[in-house]
Amino acid sequence: MGVSVAYSHVVGVWRSFFPTVSLEQIINLHKRFKQLSGNEDTISRENLDSIPALATNPIRKQIIEAFFDKRNQRQDEVGSFHEIGFEQFLMVMSHFRPPTLKTTEEEREVMRREKLRFLFNMHDTDSDGTITLDEYRKVVEELLSKSGAIGLEAAKAIADAAMLEVASTNVPHMEPDEFYEGITFEHFEQILKGLEMESRMHIRFLDVNTTTMHCGK
Amino acid sequence: MAELLGSSSVRSGRASFCLRVVGFVLLLVFAAAASASRDISNGTSKEPNPAREEDPHHRSNTTHHKKAFPVLSFNYEHVRTPFEISLWILLALLMKLGFHIIPRLSHVVPESCLLIFVGLLVGGIIKAIGEKPPILDSTLFFLYLLPPIILDAGYFLPIRPFTENLGTILVFAVVGTLWNAFFIGGMMYAVCQIEGTGLGGVDLLSCLLFGAIISAVDPVAVLAMFEEIHINELLHILVFGESLLNDAVTVVLYHLFEEFAHIGTVTVADAFLGVVCFFVVSLGGILVGAIYGILGAFTSRFTSHTRVIEPLFVFLYSYMAYLSAEVFHLSGIMSLIACGVMMRPYVEANISHKSYTTIKYFLKMWSSVSETLIFIFLGVSTVAGPHSWNWTFVVLTVILCFVSRMLGVVGLTYIINKFRIVKLTKKEQFIVAYGGLRGAIAFSLGFLLTNDKMKDMFLTAIITVIFFTVFVQGMTIKPLVDLLAVKKKKESKRSINEEIHTQFLDHLLTGIEDVCGHYGHHHWKDKLNRFNKAYVKKWLIAGERSTEPQLISFYNKLEMKQAIMLVESGSAAKLPSTLSSVSMQNIQPRAQPRGRIIPRISKGREEEIRKLLRANLQKTRQRLRSYSRHDLMIDPFEDNMSEVRFRKQRVEMERRMSHYLTVPANRQEAPPVRKVYLADDGDSRAVSGRRATQPNLSSPDAVSLLDESSQRANQRSPDPPRRGPELQESQEEQDQLKLSRCLSDPGPNKDGDEDKNKGFIP
Repeated sequence: MGVSVAYSHVVGVWRSFFPTVSLEQIINLHKRFKQLSGNEDTISRENLDSIPALATNPIRKQIIEAFFDKRNQRQDEVGSFHEIGFEQFLMVMSHFRPPTLKTTEEEREVMRREKLRFLFNMHDTDSDGTITLDEYRKVVEELLSKSGAIGLEAAKAIADAAMLEVASTNVPHMEPDEFYEGITFEHFEQILKGLEMESRMHIRFLDVNTTTMHCGK
Repeated sequence: MAELLGSSSVRSGRASFCLRVVGFVLLLVFAAAASASRDISNGTSKEPNPAREEDPHHRSNTTHHKKAFPVLSFNYEHVRTPFEISLWILLALLMKLGFHIIPRLSHVVPESCLLIFVGLLVGGIIKAIGEKPPILDSTLFFLYLLPPIILDAGYFLPIRPFTENLGTILVFAVVGTLWNAFFIGGMMYAVCQIEGTGLGGVDLLSCLLFGAIISAVDPVAVLAMFEEIHINELLHILVFGESLLNDAVTVVLYHLFEEFAHIGTVTVADAFLGVVCFFVVSLGGILVGAIYGILGAFTSRFTSHTRVIEPLFVFLYSYMAYLSAEVFHLSGIMSLIACGVMMRPYVEANISHKSYTTIKYFLKMWSSVSETLIFIFLGVSTVAGPHSWNWTFVVLTVILCFVSRMLGVVGLTYIINKFRIVKLTKKEQFIVAYGGLRGAIAFSLGFLLTNDKMKDMFLTAIITVIFFTVFVQGMTIKPLVDLLAVKKKKESKRSINEEIHTQFLDHLLTGIEDVCGHYGHHHWKDKLNRFNKAYVKKWLIAGERSTEPQLISFYNKLEMKQAIMLVESGSAAKLPSTLSSVSMQNIQPRAQPRGRIIPRISKGREEEIRKLLRANLQKTRQRLRSYSRHDLMIDPFEDNMSEVRFRKQRVEMERRMSHYLTVPANRQEAPPVRKVYLADDGDSRAVSGRRATQPNLSSPDAVSLLDESSQRANQRSPDPPRRGPELQESQEEQDQLKLSRCLSDPGPNKDGDEDKNKGFIP
């Protein structure tokens, strides 16, 4: 069991938060980590940038940023890392666990909030706790970034309409001269309530009870 | 009969109305009954049908003196077939109408039960008067009644939950149906072997054949029932998807066992061929459907000049897909589903909004009629058909169906849950099992059996099972759903935020999968989407819409819907969508603090605004065209979504500008937009309240007015802040009114614009 000794410190950290993951899955992720980092102990942004499959993803910048964002490490810090180690990598991946049959209602609530928080952090690039209209516009622009000029023009309109929707759902009566500063986390939670994030935002092979798939190249 | 009708008109109130309906219906029933029999061509006097008129002239048969010219003659044979068909359909629809008039009944008893009951009644009446009631003919059922229902289901199939649960659905459909068929067949055979039941003549193959017929969950019955209980999307798609996809299994098993029931033995080679046949039938059916779907999508690319016939292409290509699959004994249902699913995204991007509405309503209408007819005929056939009641057989069948379904679902779910992320709970399993209704497909398949010996007994058992599932399970599932507190359907509409985040999530999860190097679900879906965008859409979608991203189309559809909703709710009413008073100006960041002098609008901006207005004003005049069928020209509003966007942008611009205007006593240029509307009247007081629009100002006027009235606006007393929002609303409503004119058929409103004093509804 030499393998488990080598990983035991990692497993320890992991298990203290999430006792539901298996050693096999951690080993898989560790293998992948080593592959991405070129056998180093840390990953930098360039390592993630060089993944070929990510090239076609319209929001790859945000995804990569999310790995380096301190807010996703559940330690109430702000800012971003320059490089991350395996523990931080795992911590980010842990946001994508699915619920099991045994997960209680409260645990589901916690999970949902955690996942929504992850999304919120991705949108809130200046870490001020709200998503302003500019930041939201940026999000929609990135989503439509592969569509050229049509995308940019429509992005503004769509982002405006979306923001209006958030404002009118959460703060129904505003005077004409009041100003809606930005989407706070509570408002964000409110508008995405219907999507049931805890069931949708997950990666298949992080579920303990399903047959484990192996990380590919 | 006529007297009854006459006297009832004297009384008032619902009782008389019901009585009239009943009387009329009975009249129709008699007519239908009479026409159903064979020997009516010579108008025998026995017939109690008062609707016919006998003309004495018609009987004259002497030829040696000149016949009087028949003023009124009678020739029923000529129109017999369409007459009968129409009569039956009318009867069915009147029944349906009748149920909804009686309020308490439709809440307790599901519609399918009521319709079967009516069928029983009608069948009973027909039998009572001595005629032979018609039976649900299998050709009629499979070729005419079933396809509309399946097309309706397939075209509007919610793709996302279907593909997400495809694995589960396939396991239930294939393995579940196989399990049901063999379990029921095997147990029936075992029981038949027991002495004393009188069923010794039933051999294994017949039992298996019977099991194959009775095992399949029926889409018609499931649809009819689930429509009323509003269960959550997951369960709905599981049971419904299963009922659609098990057609392939049923077809193969049925043909397999029927072939071999004649021969008497089955070898291993035959079983192997059966498995191969299953793959051929299902994949072949899907392939045929997909081909026709692509053809349909491709055709719709060129229909921009002949919008009127667009819906027909959808219907005909789908029906051809079904018929072509049936030619080769492939699964027609799967072919139809594949065709609808394949066609839909491309066709919807190509056709006009009106065609889309037409398709939707026609499909719903046909499937509704079909369903009603199927259930009524089921009832009638029950009364009509030759029955051979054998207590053991029938009771055993019912029990076995129920038991095998429960066992099958529970067992399969245990295995499936190992592979699912969102596991199925015990409650959900129970609903899935309980929702497995049998219906008319089983009956028609049973009817097609050629072996007379067992046919009657089988048919009786099939009908009993159908009745049991539809009546007992159908009626009790609603209270059970409430009792078990199963999640109901989410009623809320898709909001733009949810759409943005659904797409965002898709990309995020694909990205995370790529980071992990794991080629999962999302990776392949993303690849498929990119392939679709790069190649397929270019071929199948006309014009520039082929490159339109999904988010933008969603947004455009939403805008369109909102505009239409505003228009339909009546411009005189307050804007319904704003339950909140939040508007664009609340979220736009304020450029500078208030109190300072607001800078003028730059010349460039003004020029932009003027150009926009000019363009729009010119176009408005051209929009109101004639509505001849041959002349249905391209609806410019429809085909140019940027029009809608322009309007919205303009409205928002106005709002922003009028916001600036609420600061009093500033001699700055009032925004030119508002001047156009204020132009012709020098009376500033008319600004308040509602005014008719004047869209047909010619362009030179607009420009000159802008210049002239700048002085006038400054001399006017500025609008008090309270008017601001009101004016904004009136501007917006004027816009919406314009929208309404463009969308609806043009009327004489064009000239009504001149009259300023008219309200919004001309």
